[in-house]
Amino acid sequence: MLEIKDLHASIDGKEILKGINLSVKPGEVHAIMGPNGSGKSTLSKILAGHPSYEVDSGSVSYEVNFKNEDLLELEAHERAQKGIFLAFQYPIELPGVSNFEFLKTSFNEICKSQGVDELDDEAFDKFVREKMKIVEMRDEFLHRPVNQGFSGGEKKRNEILQMAVLNPHLSILDETDSGLDIDALRVISEGVNKLKKSSNAIILITHYQRLLDYIKPDYVHVLSGGQIIRTGDSSLAKELEDKGYDWIVS
Amino acid sequence: MSKVSSSTEEIVNSEYKYGFYTEIEADEVPFGLNEDIIRLISAKKKEPEWLLEYRLKAFAYWQKMTEPDWAELDYPPIDLQKIKYYSAPKSVSEADKPKSLDELDPELLATFEKLGIPLMEQKRISGVAVDAVFDSVSLGTTNKETLDEVGVVFCSISEAVKDHPELVKKYLGSVVPYQDNYFAALNAAVFTDGSFCYIPKGVTCPLDLSTYFRINAQDSGQFERTLLVADEGSFVNYLEGCTAPQRDENQLHAAVVELIALDDAEINYSTVQNWYAGDENGDGGIYNFVTKRGKCQGKNSKISWTQVESGSAITWKYPSCILQGENSQGAFYSVALTKDKMQADTGTKMIHIGKNTKSTIISKGISAGESKNAYRGLVKVMPSAHGARNYSQCDSMLVGDKCAANTYPYIEVKNKTATVEHEASTSRISEDQLFYLQSRGVDPETSISMIVNGFCKEVFKKLPLEFSVEAVKLIEMKLENSVG
Repeated sequence: MLEIKDLHASIDGKEILKGINLSVKPGEVHAIMGPNGSGKSTLSKILAGHPSYEVDSGSVSYEVNFKNEDLLELEAHERAQKGIFLAFQYPIELPGVSNFEFLKTSFNEICKSQGVDELDDEAFDKFVREKMKIVEMRDEFLHRPVNQGFSGGEKKRNEILQMAVLNPHLSILDETDSGLDIDALRVISEGVNKLKKSSNAIILITHYQRLLDYIKPDYVHVLSGGQIIRTGDSSLAKELEDKGYDWIVS
Repeated sequence: MSKVSSSTEEIVNSEYKYGFYTEIEADEVPFGLNEDIIRLISAKKKEPEWLLEYRLKAFAYWQKMTEPDWAELDYPPIDLQKIKYYSAPKSVSEADKPKSLDELDPELLATFEKLGIPLMEQKRISGVAVDAVFDSVSLGTTNKETLDEVGVVFCSISEAVKDHPELVKKYLGSVVPYQDNYFAALNAAVFTDGSFCYIPKGVTCPLDLSTYFRINAQDSGQFERTLLVADEGSFVNYLEGCTAPQRDENQLHAAVVELIALDDAEINYSTVQNWYAGDENGDGGIYNFVTKRGKCQGKNSKISWTQVESGSAITWKYPSCILQGENSQGAFYSVALTKDKMQADTGTKMIHIGKNTKSTIISKGISAGESKNAYRGLVKVMPSAHGARNYSQCDSMLVGDKCAANTYPYIEVKNKTATVEHEASTSRISEDQLFYLQSRGVDPETSISMIVNGFCKEVFKKLPLEFSVEAVKLIEMKLENSVG
């Protein structure tokens, strides 16, 4: 479903990605690991269409409903409408915009673009409350402003709630495990596992192996210096945990 | 969301949907401003001698005044001799004024229907009594019977002069004397119509009262005068809306609104101002110079101003409260949006005189395009105002990088027991917020309006429900195409 070929990208004239190749198929879970500054977050933002990053060369092809799209030609909201989802490492606060309004607008904008009937307040309320159970979120979060005054863990839960509501084709979870205590990590990981399907794929971006104890990846890639320098199965993550990144990077 | 986006689509085709003009035979006075014109207006309105005298005194005073230039506004001098100070549809002239709204000229009924204010009995919006003002005259007031039952007086100020002269005499100019400022003096000399409202002792007004101001005639100006008196222990919600045709020339609107709240009375005054703002080059649009002031005369009285200012080429407006009664409270909640080449200098004055008086100011300014948006506010605590408290919060949001926002808070405290708090912030819509919304499938324009609506929420929730829905839509419409 996703085919990245020789992707080079930069921000403010500084090259961050130096030739990424990656192929993701439906039903797969890919973990991308790597030391700080290796380009993990850049890759996730480029896939989601952040306007600050410049793609210098290479291609990203994305297949959805048997149609191949040149992902790099689409604007961020069009990518989301076609089923790409990015769970933010640092979720953004939207003062005065209630979580309910935010979720409902996103959901309905995506429905509209796909020609599916939109939900009214009442129907959406019922729908979203079901989804909140997946990440064990309390109802009160619905009517609070988006991410404002949320703890780190609550913000991350809220990201996975959005994933549950929007039902994406390809989810990219950017350091969703960072800043979580062990209970929150368990709840969130279980939530993600419940959302896994044979028709969708997940890219997990993480610094640590511990997330992979909960969500088992099919592939582990090590990103360093803007390139994938090694690919293996989940045992590679274990090895990294034991030996650190220096072992592989040097 | 579906509702909102369909309304924005409509607007892409017609930027300002109230910009139409109604072809109607008008009774007008000649161009110019002089004593004869004032006498003529007064005669047309068959006014009593005392009112003509009041007008002439104001005019004499005004002639000695100069136009204020302290506001952050840049506009060519206004030639007051090139304005017609009275223009009214012939069919509503004093001689044969229709007895009920249903007998109005169908053209006029159609005009208000098009503006979303149906006046015909069977079509009226429930829960609201409307006074419809068209150029220089009030066409009439709806739902009079319901108000009569509880003794609420709601009529045009011209009618009030005839039917309730003692009240008008007592309160007209008592909050905004004609000596107050240049535009207030001008208004006192030439005002034509506006609403009058009196809520008797202990009455909670059973309907929201509303005045809709429509400027239609070319070369005219609108000089309305509104006077609202809430007697002891009464309560009223008052709403005001305004629109004008789209023209290349500027038109002047110089209104005066006076509110009086006696002991334990409460007045909530809300405005959604959508005068024509001129085109993207800054041609045309209304010059809006308005003096609005409320006096909390009695103890425990409350006056609250809520305004959404989204139109006019120039806005010069400072709805204020004089907190005279002990424990009285004043509030000012404002959203001012400017775009293209619009200029707004708006804010409030809170004058604390009585003991333990309290005031709240929440101002949200949004500037887009090449517009200028200034908040100007005065909090003054007099020596007598023991224990006075004020809280002010002024936030500005910039959309794009060619606009400007400024905040000018003036604080004068003459009593040591007073507490005055002021907070201010300026922000730009952040790229991160936009990207966050877009990464959830929301297009850039909807994203901006969501962020702006969130920014204004504290003010919008102070508006009556229907107005609040309108305000949200209005802001969305106005922000169309302002994404740079």
